[in-house]
Amino acid sequence: MNRKNKSYDLIMKALIWIFSAVTLVFFLLVTGFIIIKGAPQISWSFLTDIYKVTADKHGILPMMVNTVYLILITLLISVPVGIFAAIYLVEYAKPGKIVSVIRFTTETLAGIPSIVYGLFGLIFFVSFLKLDWSILSGALTLSIMVLPVIIRTTEESLKTVPREYKEGSLALGATRLRTIFKIILPNAISGILAAVILSIGRIVGETAALLFTSGIVPKIAQSIFNSGRTMSLHLYLLVTEGISTDEAYGTAFVLLVIVIVINRLSAYLAGRLRKRLQGGSAE
Amino acid sequence: MSNASELKKFNKKTRIMTFLVENLFMVCAFVSVLAVAIITFFIFYSGLPGMIEIGIFDFIFGTDWSPVYADGGFGILPMILGSIYATAGAIIIGVPVGLFTAVMLSRIAPKWLSRIMRPAIELLAGIPSVVYGFFGLMVIVPFVQKFFSLPMGQSLFSAILILSLMILPTVITISITSINSVPREYTEASLALGATKIETIFKVEIPAAKSGILSGVILGIGRAIGETMAVIMVAGNSPYMPTGLFSSFRTLTGNIAIEMGYASGLHRSALFATGVILFVFIMILNLVLMAITRKGGAVRE
Amino acid sequence: MKFHKVLAIIMAAVLMIALFAGCKKDNGTGEETDTYKLSIIGSTSVQAIAGPLAEAFEDKYPGSSAEVQGGGSTVGVTQATEGAADIGMASRNLKDSEQGKGLVEHKIAVDGIAIVVHPNNTLTSLTTEQVQNLFSGVITNWSELGGADNPVVVVSREEGSGTRGAFEEILDLEDMVLQTIVSDSTGAVKATVAGNENAIGYISAGSMDSSVKAMVIDGVECTTANIKSGVYTVSRPFLMLTLGEPNENAKAFLDFVFSKEGQDIIENEGYVRVD
Repeated sequence: MNRKNKSYDLIMKALIWIFSAVTLVFFLLVTGFIIIKGAPQISWSFLTDIYKVTADKHGILPMMVNTVYLILITLLISVPVGIFAAIYLVEYAKPGKIVSVIRFTTETLAGIPSIVYGLFGLIFFVSFLKLDWSILSGALTLSIMVLPVIIRTTEESLKTVPREYKEGSLALGATRLRTIFKIILPNAISGILAAVILSIGRIVGETAALLFTSGIVPKIAQSIFNSGRTMSLHLYLLVTEGISTDEAYGTAFVLLVIVIVINRLSAYLAGRLRKRLQGGSAE
Repeated sequence: MSNASELKKFNKKTRIMTFLVENLFMVCAFVSVLAVAIITFFIFYSGLPGMIEIGIFDFIFGTDWSPVYADGGFGILPMILGSIYATAGAIIIGVPVGLFTAVMLSRIAPKWLSRIMRPAIELLAGIPSVVYGFFGLMVIVPFVQKFFSLPMGQSLFSAILILSLMILPTVITISITSINSVPREYTEASLALGATKIETIFKVEIPAAKSGILSGVILGIGRAIGETMAVIMVAGNSPYMPTGLFSSFRTLTGNIAIEMGYASGLHRSALFATGVILFVFIMILNLVLMAITRKGGAVRE
Repeated sequence: MKFHKVLAIIMAAVLMIALFAGCKKDNGTGEETDTYKLSIIGSTSVQAIAGPLAEAFEDKYPGSSAEVQGGGSTVGVTQATEGAADIGMASRNLKDSEQGKGLVEHKIAVDGIAIVVHPNNTLTSLTTEQVQNLFSGVITNWSELGGADNPVVVVSREEGSGTRGAFEEILDLEDMVLQTIVSDSTGAVKATVAGNENAIGYISAGSMDSSVKAMVIDGVECTTANIKSGVYTVSRPFLMLTLGEPNENAKAFLDFVFSKEGQDIIENEGYVRVD
């Protein structure tokens, strides 16, 4: 019995170490590959030139600007809606059918694959609403896509605001609305920021939903009604069109750097959130 | 006097304001309901007529996909199977690796190791799928071709490798959360009864965290089945029935992404219909997920 | 509360202004010349030449913008028919079902379809029959043609592709081409063939470069001269489509395409001029 135990322990322990090593190796392979191949491709002109093959300009500036546009517009639409929805769910809604319907649909939105969002964006925003292939079509599509992330994360952070704050405010005669805007939201700000950053991560990485909505024009979009290619789409096109592997490595590297920055930021915010959570419940 | 009437006016104003804002909250909360309704409607509206014209049975169980030819077929069984095989493969590789890594991080790992691995896993979760696809195309595809001396490396196997990698973060993070939420008494009782630490993990904690881990697996399935860009870069995308681990194949998502730009008429509706099938798959997964979380207490990322 | 709100409104306003100011500034150059705005959507093969043409067009008329989008020939036809794009691009002749919808065809260039293999492939020429057998799966190993003992990997385009349509029509291969690997653009086929020694595929001749090797077919090389003279038979027209007569913007662009300058670009990029 004892020996059997021992060998069981040993085997399981070995598996734990082996599989963890596999995970780590996977990670090192992917990031190492991109960094080693991509970093040498980075130059000032690569980052700041426009993209114009006939003029031998292969910069990614337009894609970076378009990506920023897309992020701004998407957040402009989705953040208020998401925050308000979260406020409703946490502060107003009574548990029941309505709330469970809202939750179910939010979960559903989170589960829909991005290619289906792309299809929907193509039928609805591009064709039906005649917004054509534009930053706006892309942003509207992505707004729906990131909505669950914002609602969920904001909800979590609203819940971490200590009850006493809210009760204190109400007891002092402040209205419910005032309490929400003056007490609850400011105290949930780091969670909301985390939601925003998570969303930015998704927008930066999105391809399938944008291919048929925001289009692939490699120029800085002149307005939100113009088409504009984002970084991820640029990488996809560079690779599948076989245009330039070197540029693809460079673009992948820049994307990776952006993702790392986003990650660190959200880890920092999550840390702050956790601290608040512990501070709140320590009482 | 006038003070009182002003106060009244002020009160009325705030009341209207409050009414408006609070209703705005509610409206916003219903945006997701509305979005799901519109998405469902438009996907089905664009896909169903084509599916009916083709014949639902012929569409789902047909094995010939050649929509542009005179007597061409509109069968997407190869893609349905392709999606299922690729996802199953990713689960078979990704779940054990992910689960054991989660055990490592939640129970075994020394501090320095978690300090390295946790951010690494968070980063894996954040890497865009095109970057995975690019990595797959440049590293995995040539590797598979050479290692197994195949005519080509674009294959089910390559796609499975990439997908396993992509679902890892989901499986790991959710497993960690659910293992950590196992009540401490369980662990202590097991240890007190003389079980070793490892036994306690695998015979007490993991069974107790079962529903959480399962929801992680389901989310992983969702991610794998919905993945598009990374898969089309390594799959080969041939519209035939997948014949083995090393055959070129096409997924439902790939079918849409590759041909959408070129399709018209019935071909186009057939692609929307492919979206309908995908949508139904996801809805089913979502319902399963709801059932699991309702039963076993919610565990979220 | 007020302060927060005001701040939010200001921020939103600044964002919007920044957005629209950004475009004003870029737009506002070159007041003297005419400026045009148009969108060109369709075939990825034609896109390869429409891109450079659009860039040159924008240089000639500063402040103009010609947006070129891929998508495919069929998208080009539908977008032009619906009036969603000023110009649609197609790399094949219009199908019967597409006729009679008021589309006007402008043949801007002729393009060959090169049959390409990996540069390491020892074979240099094929007969039409061999091409047919290779693509339909009758020949499955390069050694059957005197090449190395390697399996043949056929790289095809997706359903609906103009290049695939033209290729199959010319070679009598309709619905017979093996689809071992399917790539969704001319560039993707090229990249796939360049990455696999066993592969054979077909691409727009204008997109040829040294990463792949074009086969001599029936003793005829795939060159612009041979395509123009009609000796190399695997070729098709590049069409630009407008709904009715071209509008002002589309006309300016098409005039440019048919000018000597435009046709020179077409020739330089490796396609056959039509003037």
